[in-house]
Amino acid sequence: MNSDEKPILRIKGLNKFYSGGFQALKDINLDINKGEIVALLGPNGAGKTTLISVVCGIVNPSSGTVTVDGNDIIKDFRKTRSVIGLVPQELTTDSFETVFSTLVFSRGLFGKPPSPTYIEKVLRSLSLWDKKDDMIMTLSGGMKRRVLIAKALSHEPTVLFLDEPTAGVDVNLRKDMWEIVRELKAEGVTIILTTHYIEEAEEIADRVGVINNGEIILMEDKDKLMAKLGKKQLILDLCDQLSAVPQSMADYKLELSENGMQLVYTFTAQGDRTGITALMDDLKLAGIAFRDLNTTQSSLEEIFVNLVEESS
Amino acid sequence: MNIYGIMAIYKFEMARTKRTLVQSIVAPVITTSLYFIVFGAAIGSRIDQVSGISYGAFIVPGLIMLNLLTHSISNASFGIYFPKFVGTVYEMLSAPVSTLEVVLGYVGAAASKAVILGIIILITANFFIDLQIAHPIMMMVFILLTAISFSLFGFILGIWADNFEKLSIVPMLLVTPLVFLGGSFYSTDMLPEPWQTISHFNPVLYLVSGLRWSFYEISEVSVMLSLASILIFMFVCLGVVYYLFKTGYKLRS
Repeated sequence: MNSDEKPILRIKGLNKFYSGGFQALKDINLDINKGEIVALLGPNGAGKTTLISVVCGIVNPSSGTVTVDGNDIIKDFRKTRSVIGLVPQELTTDSFETVFSTLVFSRGLFGKPPSPTYIEKVLRSLSLWDKKDDMIMTLSGGMKRRVLIAKALSHEPTVLFLDEPTAGVDVNLRKDMWEIVRELKAEGVTIILTTHYIEEAEEIADRVGVINNGEIILMEDKDKLMAKLGKKQLILDLCDQLSAVPQSMADYKLELSENGMQLVYTFTAQGDRTGITALMDDLKLAGIAFRDLNTTQSSLEEIFVNLVEESS
Repeated sequence: MNIYGIMAIYKFEMARTKRTLVQSIVAPVITTSLYFIVFGAAIGSRIDQVSGISYGAFIVPGLIMLNLLTHSISNASFGIYFPKFVGTVYEMLSAPVSTLEVVLGYVGAAASKAVILGIIILITANFFIDLQIAHPIMMMVFILLTAISFSLFGFILGIWADNFEKLSIVPMLLVTPLVFLGGSFYSTDMLPEPWQTISHFNPVLYLVSGLRWSFYEISEVSVMLSLASILIFMFVCLGVVYYLFKTGYKLRS
């Protein structure tokens, strides 16, 4: 992105107090750039859905400002809402409507003139065209999820919120969804999704945010995050069994496997020096030989769990 | 103004009527016919005239008012309550539609359905009695204003209700008794005191009286008073609806 370009979504000092005093969002500050895919991770009740609901106009903010493409979500609600599409977490559909008519309704509701051609395009892209005359109640859960996405796309939004888009859908459909998200990104749509599936964020997001207890505790480029916070482990398969880690190697905090045949060295990928060279030299000095070695990197899931535990 | 948004809500609500044609149209027609058979033919044959009009003809405005009130309320309240109940209301709340546009869509559809029903009842009544309408334009004004006002009232009820019991309790326990006690099927002159005076505190009496005047030029209260009451009620409802959306009461947390 051009650094001069204004963010498509800007949240400043956003707070949300529910009646009873519960604070669901605490001083949220966030910029999302045009064409990005941002994944918001967080445990249940962290504030992900509240954040999305405020931006979409479903929940009133207590304080702070939110702008979409430079327009305030309260003062210029028509401008902001007409460019936002929302796929809710729950499978809430008008059971007695047909797939086609529910899209016609959604498009009209968002102020767009009728366009059967565009609706056909959306339905075809989501493999729903052959179901266009079916009542929604007759569709499977996965198909209903697609209908919700189609409804959200029916008014040609430039910002799309997907609240747990793949919750409860099978692996194939999840992969299809990821493909759809990538295609939308290619068309220039900005996508903000909440998810419980770290794999999902790892797979499709450009940036990852972590929300816990109503606070954004991290917002980082996914690759940088993986590199910055991802722990690496060097696993050495020993030639001879060890009963204990030699005292001379104590500084490396090595872990010895139960059978005494593996040494595990944990290091971060952050620093310039990993300590591997020194470790190798010291192993040689200590007379510990190994016949194989490999490294593993911690997943986003582990990073996420660590962050949430730390912030809690 | 989001005309497409208004039309989307309006058409959606009207389509719901098509799906429930028996419940929406056929049932009220059958019920009205039964009223004419029971009150008009069976009981009415033993009552000579009320205020100089045959009993069968006398009850027509009351029957229309009964159906207008109950159906305006039920159509509008169900229209907004059901999306809340199933969760699809998120779409309306996140759409670029203003309070006025949402109200025009939902209340417009509910009022349209009630007016269509009123006309169907009028046509049904014509099969049973020789119907005469002295002031057809004023009749339409009363029918329209009543349908709009009580659709607004139903809309408020639908927003307020958080279960099906609340949704039906007001029409059942408040509106129906008020209609029955509001001179729909009798003239309040026939009541002994103090009931005659008490009846004048019933707002429905003013509606029925006004509508009956447009048919037969007889009324229990002045026509202007009837018009004024329905207009006041309509503006009060509009004010409440505006407040509900402004504050997000039971819609936006």
